This record gives sequence, structure tokens and C-alpha cells, in this order.
Amino acid sequence: MEVRGNKLTSDEFFNREISVKHKPEIKYAWATGVAITKFLAGLKEGKIIGVHCNHCERTVCPPRMFCEECFSPMSNYVELSGTGIINTFSFAFIRTDASRRDNAEIPAVIDIDGTTLEPSGFLHLIDESVPHEKIRIGMRVKAIWKDPEERVGDITDIKYFAPMEDN
Amino acid sequence: MMMVKKVGMVSVGITKFMRRAKETAKELSYYAAKMALDEAGITRKDVDGVIIGSAPDAFDGVHQKHEYLTDGSGGFNKPSMRGYVGGGTGVFSPIQGWYSIASGMHDVVLVTTEEKMSSVLPSAQAAFLTIFDSMIERPLGPNLVWIFALEMKRYMEKHGIPKEHIASVSVKNKSNAIDHPSAMLGRKFTLEEVMNSEVLCDPVHLLDISPVADGAVSFVMMSEEKIKEFGISMDDVAWVDGVGWNVDTTMWTNRDLFYPKYVEKAAKQAYNMAGQKDHSPENLRKWLSFAEPYDPFNYKELHHLEGLQLYPKGKAPEAAFEGMTARDGDFPVTPSGGLLGVGNPIAAAAGMKVAEVYYQLTGKAEKRQIPGEVSRGLAQAWGDLMQVGTVLIMKGGRVE
Repeated sequence: MEVRGNKLTSDEFFNREISVKHKPEIKYAWATGVAITKFLAGLKEGKIIGVHCNHCERTVCPPRMFCEECFSPMSNYVELSGTGIINTFSFAFIRTDASRRDNAEIPAVIDIDGTTLEPSGFLHLIDESVPHEKIRIGMRVKAIWKDPEERVGDITDIKYFAPMEDN
Repeated sequence: MMMVKKVGMVSVGITKFMRRAKETAKELSYYAAKMALDEAGITRKDVDGVIIGSAPDAFDGVHQKHEYLTDGSGGFNKPSMRGYVGGGTGVFSPIQGWYSIASGMHDVVLVTTEEKMSSVLPSAQAAFLTIFDSMIERPLGPNLVWIFALEMKRYMEKHGIPKEHIASVSVKNKSNAIDHPSAMLGRKFTLEEVMNSEVLCDPVHLLDISPVADGAVSFVMMSEEKIKEFGISMDDVAWVDGVGWNVDTTMWTNRDLFYPKYVEKAAKQAYNMAGQKDHSPENLRKWLSFAEPYDPFNYKELHHLEGLQLYPKGKAPEAAFEGMTARDGDFPVTPSGGLLGVGNPIAAAAGMKVAEVYYQLTGKAEKRQIPGEVSRGLAQAWGDLMQVGTVLIMKGGRVE
């Protein structure tokens, strides 16, 4: 079977064949909405906020304005503890632009204590200084916050999660 | 089941898969669409409707790619439509072709799936960032490999899966791809090479991932009446037997990543439509001759085999490691070579999987042909923020 297509080498693509370049200059600002505004305001106060569905009787995090299951409105916001367990994690040696880093970042999904949907939490980072062999799924961790005056209402108001003493 | 017209796929067109194609996205689409029309023995005049599948506009930097791709896909001055469900698109596009015909709206539909990933600089990774939640995930500086690593880790931990079992899928698929005329990769890899390749995001290594590519795949689909009217041989037809699709939420940190429930739901929809009510793995592996599950990463092939109910939860890795899923194994999986071997131009990659189902069912898979009788095959794709499952089942032209 004959299939068509002309391959270009990297050199041909960037230097010899014709390619036209464009760098869009676009910026966005997103309104954070009813529920995530509450969550981010909570982070500024050093609190993790979830929401309770009075119909399904479940508490979830991050909070949302409606329950995706029963489609009822949710407005029963609750303060959760700043602790949880590692649901899953990775040692990441590549950045967003695919460039490499020598010391791994440790992204993880943290299930937040006090939620009832399993799992229910969010993406964050584990303290990079923790020896890799000590980190495991199921490990109890706590949020390490920036100083109050440094907090701006952003997910990075939590510096990272660190293992708790009772592991 | 609702009253629907019987729909057959009658031809495939496909380009080479390349890291960087000289051709534009539109020109690649033209190669594939033209080849599909020629193979079917029809012209653009015979086409009632056109379906276009392509993944995020951000890869091309061209907004509303549908409009741009229309004429290259044969859609000039015709009813055309682009459906887009991320990586699930390549299987969703022929599903759209199916319902355009099944509904009685059209009789002849030309479907093109296309992707050009080489345009975005410095790499497609930068564009992938835009699929993450803009408010509480992007500020952390994630990349797409993170979430695959997190999912793979969870899956391995849940079942105690050895990495070798997962790595064996890369070895199998890259080897199968040697026989695919569109393939980017043309050599065998050893298990050691895969295991020892560069660690990107542990447990994901470089050779666990499919290579990004440029390419296009097209199909001609027709109603049964039109197939008869054109005098197309039943040897050249693959009937659509079942279709299914399902979407979970973008809140991927609120589901257990060890198992893709949305793939299960999509698969059961397709099995039920095909009249197959027994969803036990043993029965399904007998009923289907083979499967082409989505394999952008090696563990995803296994993860999807379980979501598709083809293996019990946690049991696919061992089956793969023991060679059960080889082209000449008990249940061949990804005889095409998959995304891991042929390459991953997103929408076109899943299109290539559908193409393989067609080639196998019509005995046109050349050196890739599965030994023995091939009567029914399944293609599945997956995408967005680990939340979309799309499933297409086809059977041979003479299979009742």
C-alpha cells in the first residue's frame, strides 16, 4: 500500500524550507466564579473549603456551585482540615515546556480529610526536600502555608504538602 | 433499539505519520480524503456530508480548524461538521459519520481525522497546558505527563503491577508497527531499552510514551442501499455494529484514577447496541476477534482493556506480558502498532485505529493481518482531562 507525505528534518523545517512564524500575544483573566472564589478566599485565610450536597449527603473538594450527580444547587460550604492523604504522586523531571530539570518536582493528588467522596481533593505538590524513598500512596500529609501577609488567594498560598509526624 | 439505517465503512485513506510534514494540515487531509474516495471508487460529487475530526486548535495556532480544513477534507459547499472530544475525537468522528447516515440524513459520508502537532513551538506540551483547570491547577505549572504519571502510579499501586508488564506493551506495539506503511518507527525495542529509557515523570519513561506526529486518516461510510447501488463487494465492507461514548467531569482529582469508568460506560453502550448483553471478559474476547484500544502511553492500553471489560481489573498487564495480546496471541491487541509504534497525531491516531479495524475485517492488513478468522473488531479512544471514552465496533461485510 502506497501512503503519501513528505517528511522534513528539523534542519529543513527551521532553516531551509519555508516556515512562517507567529507568536500570539494573548492574555486572559478568568472570573473565578461562585464556588472557586470561596475556595480561593479560604486559602488566603489559611483554610481549605469544601462544599456539602444536602441531597446526596456528600462533602466534596474543590467546591462547586452545583452537584454534578443530582444537579441540585450546593451552597453549604464547610471548612475542612488542612490535612489529607497522598492519593497518587510522581517525581517529575520535565517542565511545562518539556525542558528538563535535575531535581524532581513532586506533583500529587491529595485527598482532603473531611470529604466523603472517594477520592476528593486536588492537585498540589509535595515538599521537594523529602527523601523520595519515604513518599508513598496513603501517606498522611498537611498543608504548609505561606505567611499570611504573602497569601493572595491563590492555590500557591499553600507552599506544598509535607508528611505528618504520625506516618 | 431505535430504527436506524445499516451503515458500512467501505474504504480508508491514510497518510504517512511524520514528526514534521512538509504538507499543511489541509494538504494532509486532502491526501487522506482523496485516497479514501479513490479506494471506494467514488468521487466528491457522490458525497452527501463531510465529518472532520481534529484535536485542540492550540496545536495549529489556527482558530476554528473546521473551517480551515473543510475543503481539504472534501467538504467544499457541502454540509460539514467537526466534532471534538480531545484524544477521543478519532473514534468519535466515524461515530458521527454513523449517525449522519443511520438517521437517514445522508447516504454517503466522507470522514477525515487530521492532526499536525509540529507547528506549536517549542513543543506540544506548552499547548497541552491549556487543558488544565485555569484557576487552581495551571498556577502549579503542570504538564500533561504529570497526570499520566499520577494515573499510572495509582493503577500500578492499586493492583501491584510490575513495571515490566506495562513496558512489554511498548515492545509489542513498536514491533507491530514495523509492518505499518504509515509508521514513524521502524525498529524493534527490547524490554530493557524501554525500562532504561529516560525518566520523565516517574513512573513514566520516554519509551512509555507515543511520539507526536503529523498525519491524516479518512473513511468513506455509506448506507446499505448505497453500498448495493454502487455494487461494492461485501468483501470491502465493514458494518458498524455498535457505538458508545461517555464523558466524566474535568474534576479528575475527584475520581479514582486506577479505573476508567467512563470507558466502561461507553463500551457497554456499544456492546448493548450490537446486541451483546454478556459483558464478561471471557465472552467478549470470544465475540471480538481483536481490539485496538487507545495507547498514547503503554499503561493506557492495559487500563483501557480493563475499562472495555476485555480483562478483569488489574489482569490485563500480566496477559500482555505473557504474550496473550500479541498479533498471533489468544486475543490480539493493537495489531496496527498503535500510537506507540505508528505515531500519535492525536485525532488521526485514533482514526488509524479505526482504519486498522477496517483493514483487518476486510483482509487488507497485509503483513499485519491477524491469523485465522477475523469477524469483529473494536476501536477505542480516550481524551480530554482523562474523562472521555469513545468506542466503535465493526463486523465483517458477510458477518450476520
